[in-house]
Amino acid sequence: MRGATRRIIATHATNVGRSRWLLVYTGLLALAAVLLVWLGGSAARALVSLINVVLLLVPLMAVVFGTLYVYNAREFTELLLTQPVERDAAYFGLVGGLAVPLVVAFLVGVGVPLGFAAFSDLTILPGIVALLGVGTLLVLVFTAFAVALAVRVEDRAWGLGAALLVWLVCTVIYDGLILLLLATVRDRPLEIPVLVMTMLNPIDVARIQLLLTFDIAALLGYTGTVYERVFSGLLGRSLAVVVLLVCAMVPLLVGRFWFRRKDF
Amino acid sequence: MIDLLGTIVVKAGSAVPTLSAALALARPHDTVVVEAGRYAEPPIEVTRPVVILGRGRPVFVGRGDHTVIRVTADSVTIAGIAVERVLPSNVAEPSAIRLDSVAHCRVADVEVRDSFFGIYGSAVESCLIENNRVVGPGRSEQESGNAIHLWSSRDVTVRGNVVERYRDGIYLEFVTGSRLEGNRSRDNRRFGLHFMFSDDCLYQENQFSRNGAGVAVMYSKQVRMVANRFEHNRGQAAYGLLLKDITDSRLEKNVFDANTIALYFEAANRVEAVENHFSSNGWAIRMLANSEANVVTGNAFVGNGFDVSTNSRSNASRFDGNFWDRYRGYDLDRDGFGDAPFRPVRLFSLVVEQNEPSLILLRSAFVDLLDAAERVLPILTPETLVDRRPLLAMPGRSR
Repeated sequence: MRGATRRIIATHATNVGRSRWLLVYTGLLALAAVLLVWLGGSAARALVSLINVVLLLVPLMAVVFGTLYVYNAREFTELLLTQPVERDAAYFGLVGGLAVPLVVAFLVGVGVPLGFAAFSDLTILPGIVALLGVGTLLVLVFTAFAVALAVRVEDRAWGLGAALLVWLVCTVIYDGLILLLLATVRDRPLEIPVLVMTMLNPIDVARIQLLLTFDIAALLGYTGTVYERVFSGLLGRSLAVVVLLVCAMVPLLVGRFWFRRKDF
Repeated sequence: MIDLLGTIVVKAGSAVPTLSAALALARPHDTVVVEAGRYAEPPIEVTRPVVILGRGRPVFVGRGDHTVIRVTADSVTIAGIAVERVLPSNVAEPSAIRLDSVAHCRVADVEVRDSFFGIYGSAVESCLIENNRVVGPGRSEQESGNAIHLWSSRDVTVRGNVVERYRDGIYLEFVTGSRLEGNRSRDNRRFGLHFMFSDDCLYQENQFSRNGAGVAVMYSKQVRMVANRFEHNRGQAAYGLLLKDITDSRLEKNVFDANTIALYFEAANRVEAVENHFSSNGWAIRMLANSEANVVTGNAFVGNGFDVSTNSRSNASRFDGNFWDRYRGYDLDRDGFGDAPFRPVRLFSLVVEQNEPSLILLRSAFVDLLDAAERVLPILTPETLVDRRPLLAMPGRSR
């Protein structure tokens, strides 16, 4: 049973790994990292510039590549299900086979250039770890979203659209709503509700963790101190990791439910 | 006891066992050499112009409730000694060394440990305080005095001192025509340097780091601050440099790094900020609308959360020819200045101004979109707060 899942993961992963697009993606990430380290003057500043890559580009790639792959792999999945293979094995094999190469591509593309940069400046090591850790979790979250939506929506264009919408909501629209709320209810102390709201959006959780690692000075004013107390420290960091894992688990399990009931 | 050159040697167990005894014997302009050892004496009064030199750094230990050495004569030099144990007091300001209404004094190479106030000058003139090390016990703000405290003095040079863990590292009130050079002020509870009503002073190449609230400069005129470093002053109300009611002054080639608010203008008028370097601060410049006719030019702004913030749509200061790392313009005529103007006040800084919790959206893609839109068509940000000649290359770093 477990062997079956592992073999399906391996099959999908090899398939994904052969994709030209994944190679281009890895190359682009590496190019961005190298250029930023090189041109930015210092590796520490390159890390700050890479925040946007991790928060925007990496989830976008996971979402687009993930949905398209699931549609492309439909025939393979149908073939698989004619064999004595449990649906769970096929499903988790699909998710795992997508997530593993995407994570590897991210870690290689961003991690290797930064790893070389770390040789000359050891102080940036915690920053690199935070960047890679948060990025990896975001890949998992958005791969799970992509697979779940692609399983649910039959039409490829609609599926891709829905996945892009999730990405757009998480990166842009959600923050707009927070700002709208803050502007409407101006006279009340809103630190706590805002804290809770940001905790529900994986991109916000990731962004705040990276802020606390790189950009802390602005967060040390009066309000910033409130946020800093909650989010930094071992407890805040672990909470962020847990939230991100939950954000990955929910679409993963919902997708499994849809996959089980799906009429191929 | 006294040799022909007028030198008295103080040594435990000898004929002159204490500094007080030596001072009773000394004639004006004698030299008193104090041998190494620990001296616990009643309050020491220096009432004649003498030179007091420590050999092997003798330590003067106070009982705790009094000033250890008090100087009331002109032309006194104290060097090479250590002073310790002066406890906090609510009624007086006991200090390690106190200079009272004197001129031409010199305090050099003195080490002050665990003392309420360190070196305290009141109504002194033409004095030199140099290369001292004044390190406090790090008590609370209420129980700490100031490391170097000058009141109503003029023409004083404070040079090369290390001041740490006091309330204020260096405190000046009603001090005119003085110079502070090459001092290092760190980890003080309140301000690294605090001065009020002190006109015509020069502050040069000092380093202020990790102080509770940074450096505060208030109610003064014609102040020059050159090539100082303000760094890691962080906290709820921490400033690299706070200017309040300052006029006709000049900030030049200073470095502001990693402060919560690097440079703060409140009712500061005709201040020129030239060739300073602002990096990795939360807010690089915060200028309130009651500041007028200031000039900000030739500075570099790199990696700050907010470059400039203000509390009003009107602006009466000039920003010109600075380097902004956020500038995305071009230079077709190749004169080194960008062809499109740069507006350093982000829309988001106004949002945060009115609504502090929104700070949590810093670096969000949505906020970047808003900023970009406002930059194309400014509606809410101060119309006149604009750099029409932004630099395209970073000016040479000043250190």
